[in-house]
Amino acid sequence: MSTPAPAAPVAPAADGTRAPLTKKILTADHPTWCPGCGDFAVLASFYKVLEKLNYPQEKIVTFAGIGCSSRFPYFVNTHGGHYIHGRALPFAAGISLGRDDLHVFVFGGDGDGFSIGGNHLVHTARKNPRLTYVIMDNSVYGLTKKQTSPTSPIGFKSKTDPWGAMDQPINPMRTLLNSGATFIARSHATQVNHMVEMMLKAAQHDGFSVVEILSECVEFFEGAFDGAVPRKGGSWQAIELKKNDGTPEDELRHDPTDKLAAMKLASEPWPGKFGIYYEDKVRPTKNALEQKLIATTREKTKNATDLELLSKTFARMR
Amino acid sequence: MVSPNTPAATDASASSATTIPDVVIRLAGNSQDGIQAVGGFLARLAGRSDQEVMTYMTIPSTISGGPSIFQVRMGSGEILSSGDRADVLVAFYQHSYENHRSSLRPGGVLLYDSDHVVPNPDDKEVTAVGVPMTSATVEAVGGSSKEKGKNIYVLGLIARMFDLDVPKLTQLIRERFTGKNEDIVRNALLAFDAGYAYPAENLRSCLYRLEKSTAPGGRPQVTGDGNTVLTYGLLAAGVRYGAGYPITPWSSIMETLRTELPKYGGLFVQCEDEIAAASTALGFAYAGHLSITGSSGPGLSLKMEALGWATMAEMPLIVINVQRGGPSTGLPTNIEQSDLLQAIYGSHGDCPRVVLAPKNVEDCFHIALEAGRIAREFSTPVIILTDQAIATRIEAFDEPDLAKLMVEVKPDTSTRDAAFKPYPLGGMTRHAPPGSVMASGKYPTVTGLEHDEHGHPTASPALHTKMTEKRREKIKAVANSLPAPELVGDESGEVLLIGWGCTYGPIREAMGRLRHAGVKAAHMQMRHLHPLAPGLEATFARYKHVLVVEINDEGLYGHGQLATLLRALTCNPAITSITKTDGLTYKVSEIVERVARKIDLPDSTIGMRKQSILAVTPR
Ligand SMILES: Cc1ncc(C[n+]2csc(CCOP(=O)(O)OP(=O)(O)O)c2C)c(N)n1
Ligand code: SF4
Repeated sequence: MSTPAPAAPVAPAADGTRAPLTKKILTADHPTWCPGCGDFAVLASFYKVLEKLNYPQEKIVTFAGIGCSSRFPYFVNTHGGHYIHGRALPFAAGISLGRDDLHVFVFGGDGDGFSIGGNHLVHTARKNPRLTYVIMDNSVYGLTKKQTSPTSPIGFKSKTDPWGAMDQPINPMRTLLNSGATFIARSHATQVNHMVEMMLKAAQHDGFSVVEILSECVEFFEGAFDGAVPRKGGSWQAIELKKNDGTPEDELRHDPTDKLAAMKLASEPWPGKFGIYYEDKVRPTKNALEQKLIATTREKTKNATDLELLSKTFARMR
Repeated sequence: MVSPNTPAATDASASSATTIPDVVIRLAGNSQDGIQAVGGFLARLAGRSDQEVMTYMTIPSTISGGPSIFQVRMGSGEILSSGDRADVLVAFYQHSYENHRSSLRPGGVLLYDSDHVVPNPDDKEVTAVGVPMTSATVEAVGGSSKEKGKNIYVLGLIARMFDLDVPKLTQLIRERFTGKNEDIVRNALLAFDAGYAYPAENLRSCLYRLEKSTAPGGRPQVTGDGNTVLTYGLLAAGVRYGAGYPITPWSSIMETLRTELPKYGGLFVQCEDEIAAASTALGFAYAGHLSITGSSGPGLSLKMEALGWATMAEMPLIVINVQRGGPSTGLPTNIEQSDLLQAIYGSHGDCPRVVLAPKNVEDCFHIALEAGRIAREFSTPVIILTDQAIATRIEAFDEPDLAKLMVEVKPDTSTRDAAFKPYPLGGMTRHAPPGSVMASGKYPTVTGLEHDEHGHPTASPALHTKMTEKRREKIKAVANSLPAPELVGDESGEVLLIGWGCTYGPIREAMGRLRHAGVKAAHMQMRHLHPLAPGLEATFARYKHVLVVEINDEGLYGHGQLATLLRALTCNPAITSITKTDGLTYKVSEIVERVARKIDLPDSTIGMRKQSILAVTPR
């Protein structure tokens, strides 16, 4: 089944009325994050993504829940805002389903996304609306000053687990795969080019796309992700696309359409690999399914006007 | 049967039928017997005959059915309640007879299925007529159909008893079953004819004729239940997007919207819970649509944080709450008006919003239009508090003039000029949905954080004070746009009865009886519960007693929820309340009795007055 592609990026008009998007145009308030917070790099990368996509500025929407990372929309000069804790996904689904012409981005943290919003994450994945979700995972609650988060490792000492966290952490990639997300990728806030590539691919995916970015909270969980930073003695392993041409493939080669392989990748011990774990290009979006339903239903009513439709309904109630 | 409303005439020549203005028929059986269908046919027939009608039914709380009743009152006068007591009780089973015999007024008719019911032979207060409904239906329709069709047989019997319009009824039966197997239509008509042909001599003592309607034949009448009419009201108000999560008795609204909205190019999303539903609906609103979400009590609680956001972000949204008994899951299939304070004050912080309540089924249509207008004009969430009683009962009313009333709502994505501020101090908030170009080059944020005029977060003490004031003044502006609630009865005097929601009809009838007995009384049904229309204090001051009749608890301080609010507003000690919490609608007599006990008259007159008050139309 074919689904309509998202509206193509609009090039600046020939008469020059629409200037291409630049960091300068896209910059709004100055971020309020702590110096050194990983989220700065995510923001810088997102500007680059928007410059590359060059969507009409007024058609871009950035929304978020609550948390340090969820302040993101204030720093991007597009339509958008800040919703309640954990509920940005169903809100954004409303925007996307209500207005197919928009490009909707959601930002948030691991607490926002996997804890209070865990239910919504699962169900948004099931529904597959056309929107992109970027999770800045710092494995701690930043804004509320160091409590255990659903991705904090066992043994992590926080204000709510002074003796060390004891609950099994969530595995975001496995959770998302199981829930039916149609695009999932992992990246790291120290890898700007990789982040740009992941967010760009996610934005171009026709469906619910999620990028989890390990983004360090220097204030409350310093060094959390050093294990994936070569400079700090860690190992950075990025997945490459499988060639499928008979030439030897090494263990970094991965076919993102292979769900079983994706599940295996997601089950590797931390820090695991980075890149696009899974992409389903076949499953139709909820946007497309609903639009199709509307089109066939409208056809059945022979495109009657609203007044004709409701008048008929009342006539049946006589 | 002699009608308590004093029969107009006795038409002895045509038959021995007695002419009566209106009748209350209670059908008691099991929900799977199709008694709702019989009630529905009778209600629609009344609608098509320019008569008034009001129904009442109970739903068994068990999944697979169980004892249930359907009561229908129809006739030519103004019908404001479904009737305190029945003129005719149709009993399908022994339990139906035993449980509902007391609802039959003295002199009424007990019509029972003699295959299942053995009435008390000593009961001479009512006329008992036994008809072998089950075996007669099997005989008429054929053995294979078992007990199916018994309900239509009974419809035939009733048609005969009340000389109802047979062509109209058979037409309704045909319409109801069109698209189904031809056998079904044929069997239904066979059952109907058999019931209608039941030997008239056996029914001799209970043949009646309903007075012809005197209503001017203006617009044709439509017949529907409150939830359905509310849903179509939302469509007329321009609602094209919505989201919800199932809960009784709200679900039928979302089910109808899910079916209807695609025809209008809109959509309805079933969400994982009420929080997601409110959020998705707010996403639609942010995107520029007039959208709705809804639920019943427990679900409204879950939506509260999102509603707080809607107040802070000043987002238009319609929220339906079909109230049921609480707290918690309480009484899912019973009636209560106990969510008023939740609707007005629920959520955190100073969170002003608008709360409306329809007074009857017809008003569900108009309240939806009003909610849509207020939400859009004032950029605010509007809660419609309806209730289980209005949601499920059927009424007939004049078809609304859609060509005049329908509203079209489209996202306004026009370019906003350089001076545009989404939250101007001293001006009305005007939300710019995505897609709108900002001539200033600065794009707006909407947020639940306190913000400046551009939507940017601020914790400035001065701004929080000003923005709180802005949100409050906006709701005051709504108040100033409201008409004074309709006052019916004496302009001043002994007692003013105030109600909201489903109590409208019984209170209006009760007020009539009080006045009939010489008490200076008036009635005011409040459709706008928050904010209140200005000027109420002066009206209240004209009465010795201001009694708020509501279906909730008197609370720790002795006043129902609306009474508490009105007392707080006016500091008027004349305001007290009449409350109850039995999960049922008010009977007219219940109100009259309680008022008679409350109003302070000399002992010598109270006894006499009480008698005369209660003697009028004791149904
Ligand atoms: C209903 C509700 N509960 C709790 C909070 C408090 N709260 C704000 S942010 C937050 C957690 C933030 O953690 P995360 O999503 O990981 O974001 P970070 O700040 O680490 O980027 C919490 C618990 C809230 N705002 N709302
Ligand atoms: S507390 Fe942590 S997550 Fe929040 S801004 Fe500071 S460094 Fe970033």
